[in-house]
Amino acid sequence: MFPVSKEVALWLAPVFGFAFGWLLERGRVLDYNVIVNQLRLRDFTVLKIMLTAILVGGVGVYALVELGFARWHLRDANLGGAGLGGLLFGVGMAIYGYCPGTGLAAAATGRTHALVGMLGMIAGAIAYAFAFDWLRGTVLAWSNLGRVTLADVTGLPLWALYAALAVVAVGLFAALERWQARVRA
Amino acid sequence: MSGIALSPLEVAAAPRSEAAPSRWNPYLIGAGIGVLSWLVFVIVAAPIGITTAGAQVAGGVAALFIGPEAVQANAYWARNPFRLDYGTLFLVGTALGGMVSALARGAFRVEHVPAVWSERFGPSIGKRFAWAFLGGALIMFASRLANGCTSGNGISQGLQLAVVGWVFFAAMFVSGVATAWLMFRTR
Repeated sequence: MFPVSKEVALWLAPVFGFAFGWLLERGRVLDYNVIVNQLRLRDFTVLKIMLTAILVGGVGVYALVELGFARWHLRDANLGGAGLGGLLFGVGMAIYGYCPGTGLAAAATGRTHALVGMLGMIAGAIAYAFAFDWLRGTVLAWSNLGRVTLADVTGLPLWALYAALAVVAVGLFAALERWQARVRA
Repeated sequence: MSGIALSPLEVAAAPRSEAAPSRWNPYLIGAGIGVLSWLVFVIVAAPIGITTAGAQVAGGVAALFIGPEAVQANAYWARNPFRLDYGTLFLVGTALGGMVSALARGAFRVEHVPAVWSERFGPSIGKRFAWAFLGGALIMFASRLANGCTSGNGISQGLQLAVVGWVFFAAMFVSGVATAWLMFRTR
């Protein structure tokens, strides 16, 4: 029964996308001010959403894979690509105030500057496609560990890492809430 | 101009972020995205992601300018051709979801220059648009270099504890905070 056929998946794609866009809007992250104030360490909405999504999503997907209902979808740990890409991404996100998903959805809520950023995204993708051959021989050839997880590189079992993530995330959330309550008071 | 530091509360009270009645707790939103990940892993075996499909769309746009042959001849687009597939339809849904959610709570409105930007860099629309374009170009280029963005790498790879996801997440956060500091610091 699952996963469904490619044809059925095509019909479900906009439904899942819709849920994602809806959640982003209700979560206030289509607001430039919220994202930029996260990077200025004045508003922790983005971090709370992302870490909770990773924790809840991760524990659930781990259980579903163990029970045989899902499989992993790991990508290569290309350290040059992910590291340099991440650094560049942070610069762009601070300037634009959005990541690609939030920029797309924000443009659909009347934010014209988010729409202009989407035109930039198209330009950036075109630039990448033309730089691809060169990047393939340089940055992307530096170091590729393959489809590895933190369990592979640390030698610890996955369940222990998820447990550690839960402890760290919940501890961080508790500290953030306490700090924010103090700032407000 | 932006010498005044906004506390989190004042930021929350700024006009654009105000229409608050139907906004949800960030932990609830995060849990919702987590549960959505369970569903897509099981039902369609396709993790949440934006930019692979975004680059396909860009290939479609590029074809208008340089012709489809030149696009097909490109090594990157040969691997990721433009078509209406799961990923591109997911993008359509994401835009619609954001739009309908905003409309449903009466928060759909035209915004050329956001408040925090305007406080620091002034109300010029042209200036904000120029930088938004540049920033958008950067995040897309960077996402393709990293093979994923905040969603595809940060959340979907991060939740699998994939090394690529956490390297990307850490690098993005550090450089984002550093860049924002450079942009908004007051001497």
